[in-house]
Amino acid sequence: MIELLLSIWNLVPEALQTLLIIILKIVVIAVPIMLSVAYITLAERKVIGFIQVRIGPNRVGPRGLLQPIADGLKLMMKEVIIPTNANRFLFVIAPLLALAPALACWAVIPFADGWVLADIDAGLLYVLALSSLGVYGLIIAGWASNSKYAFLGSIRSAAQMVSYEIAMGFALVGVLMAAGSMNLSAIVESQSGSFLHWFWLPLFPLFLVYFIAGLAETNRAPFDVAEGESEIVAGFHVEYSGMAFALFFLAEYANMILISILTAIMFMGGWLSPFQGIPLLEDLFAFVPGIVWILAKTSFLLFLFLWFRATFPRYRYDQVMRLGWKVFIPITIVWILVIGVGVMAELGPWFD
Amino acid sequence: MSKVQYYLKSFLLWELLLGLKLTGKYFFKTKITVQYPEEKTPQSNRFRGLHALRRYPNGEERCIACKLCEAVCPALAITIDAEPRDDGSRRTTRYDIDLFKCIYCGFCEEACPVDAIVETRVFEYTFESRDESVMTKEKLLAHGDVHEKQIAADRAQDAKFR
Amino acid sequence: MSIEPILFYIFSTILVLASVAVVTVRNPVYAALCLVLAFFTCAAVWLLLEAEFLALVLILVYVGAVMVLFLFVIMMLDINLVRSKEGFIKYLPAGGFVAILILIEMCVVLGPENFGIEITGEPLKHAADYSNTKELGVTLYTQYAYPFEIAGALLLLAIVAAITLTMRRRPDSKYQDPAEQVSVRRDDRVRIVKMAAEKKQ
Repeated sequence: MIELLLSIWNLVPEALQTLLIIILKIVVIAVPIMLSVAYITLAERKVIGFIQVRIGPNRVGPRGLLQPIADGLKLMMKEVIIPTNANRFLFVIAPLLALAPALACWAVIPFADGWVLADIDAGLLYVLALSSLGVYGLIIAGWASNSKYAFLGSIRSAAQMVSYEIAMGFALVGVLMAAGSMNLSAIVESQSGSFLHWFWLPLFPLFLVYFIAGLAETNRAPFDVAEGESEIVAGFHVEYSGMAFALFFLAEYANMILISILTAIMFMGGWLSPFQGIPLLEDLFAFVPGIVWILAKTSFLLFLFLWFRATFPRYRYDQVMRLGWKVFIPITIVWILVIGVGVMAELGPWFD
Repeated sequence: MSKVQYYLKSFLLWELLLGLKLTGKYFFKTKITVQYPEEKTPQSNRFRGLHALRRYPNGEERCIACKLCEAVCPALAITIDAEPRDDGSRRTTRYDIDLFKCIYCGFCEEACPVDAIVETRVFEYTFESRDESVMTKEKLLAHGDVHEKQIAADRAQDAKFR
Repeated sequence: MSIEPILFYIFSTILVLASVAVVTVRNPVYAALCLVLAFFTCAAVWLLLEAEFLALVLILVYVGAVMVLFLFVIMMLDINLVRSKEGFIKYLPAGGFVAILILIEMCVVLGPENFGIEITGEPLKHAADYSNTKELGVTLYTQYAYPFEIAGALLLLAIVAAITLTMRRRPDSKYQDPAEQVSVRRDDRVRIVKMAAEKKQ
């Protein structure tokens, strides 16, 4: 059987073989992402429920574990309503434009040593460039809906994302200065050592700025002015229903996971064990593979997303802008100078 | 000094951490959710649910068609027609409560001189068509017959406060 | 045949078509989106040239920021399509003349005698560990350090000028100052008065 399959495989031309292998790799990455997106929606409802002293969904399946599947089925069965006077083409294409960049970014994410789809040199820049494209989905959705609320929401989110992109970019500049590379695998490698060698310590302000700007980039609470249920109904996706609406949610949650895993890679040592170089503990935890560490770190950061949502009230719009322009950007610029001095002085144990 | 302290506090996100600590504490608290169909919250004996008409122990209906309930009903939900019965006593021929109008205030029960109309503890009922929303005399009496024991017990418990 | 020429022709066809669409499409929003597409495919062509830094920065700056603001403005304007087409014939000779002039100029400057493959040489193929970003940084901060600094100062000047030209503080409108609002303490606003509890008469 296996030999037969192998012989068929060998008949396939070589160019097609590489293409098929790449497609297989993409599937291997994309399917777990989609699944985890589905289950983050459940985790979100559970976590927020727990914080509000409720127990959250528990009816569909054991302990509510099938809830996301039920939700997905419901959304798939629903009709996609296209409002009159909406721009049909853009209205349909907008959710795809929101989702595609969120997924494309995953191409350069290293999950463990060597486990990466495209190990490109300018990985950091690639992620930054693609995540800046996500805003098009929102703007086009808001405009194509031909609705005032949707348009207001899209304008808010576009302005917010463009502003926070700058602070985020500066935070990444700090990382690449510290690591001396834009390749994400190399960034992780340069943090090797115990958890004290990770970049969260020397780059602590940038770590905070990056994560908070990440919250703002994904339009999550407390920066969800773009949705602002109490002010503009639901923002850019008021007019969407069914699967088109679900795609926006997929994009939002995929972006959340992306921001978390990027934070884990750039500030928390990616797949490295926190006990590396610590005599006793290192051997104790040596059996844990790298992918577990990176997933654990990502999950913790994702939990923070949900925790923040359950804790903080929504920012007022002008305060969001003030935070981005007047607080974050100056902080990042000052800290980039500090890092510059540190790198020049080869300050140990991070920059040597 | 206070200025320095203020900036230090705001840059270390001190107050946000306090907020997170509070919600973090609630994350581990015992959950107070009542799993409704399996678990139910305790009911008061004064619970005002679906109406019923009561009978005396000998099977005679209590209602004497005084129409005090009809008069007191703030939602005008009660409609009563009355006629002398064959034995000459005054009885209702029609006693309708429109449950769509009813606001479950319990005034009818308070107004009733013979404790005929009462509100029971039943609150889980549905209508499948609009005309089912009207509780007719037959339905009210039947409902009262089913729950008489509970109704009597609740009234007895409440008697000394009346 | 390798796959690169095929990719190049696909991308350049899209690029040319999108660029033509930018100036011919009626709806200004579509025109802006076509411009985005043009930038994007342009970045793809640059990637084929192994200029990954420039390509990604093109996407980051032009597609991710500049065009977003562009779209913003276009979407908020209520553009009258009929009026913008008015006088097309009237301005055609002048516009056509300028266009032809620019075309001739570009042919003269960018022609094969200046930028032909014999003169500039074929773009070099580099090994996998070659970093275009690093190369660019080294050139920019050594050979072109002064022009770079001057360009930076000019851009800063332009930003400041743009803001000072457009910012008008209207004295009659009320502003909120978030900085002031955020820094308010409880003691500034609330005075808690201790009073003795009143006794029942």
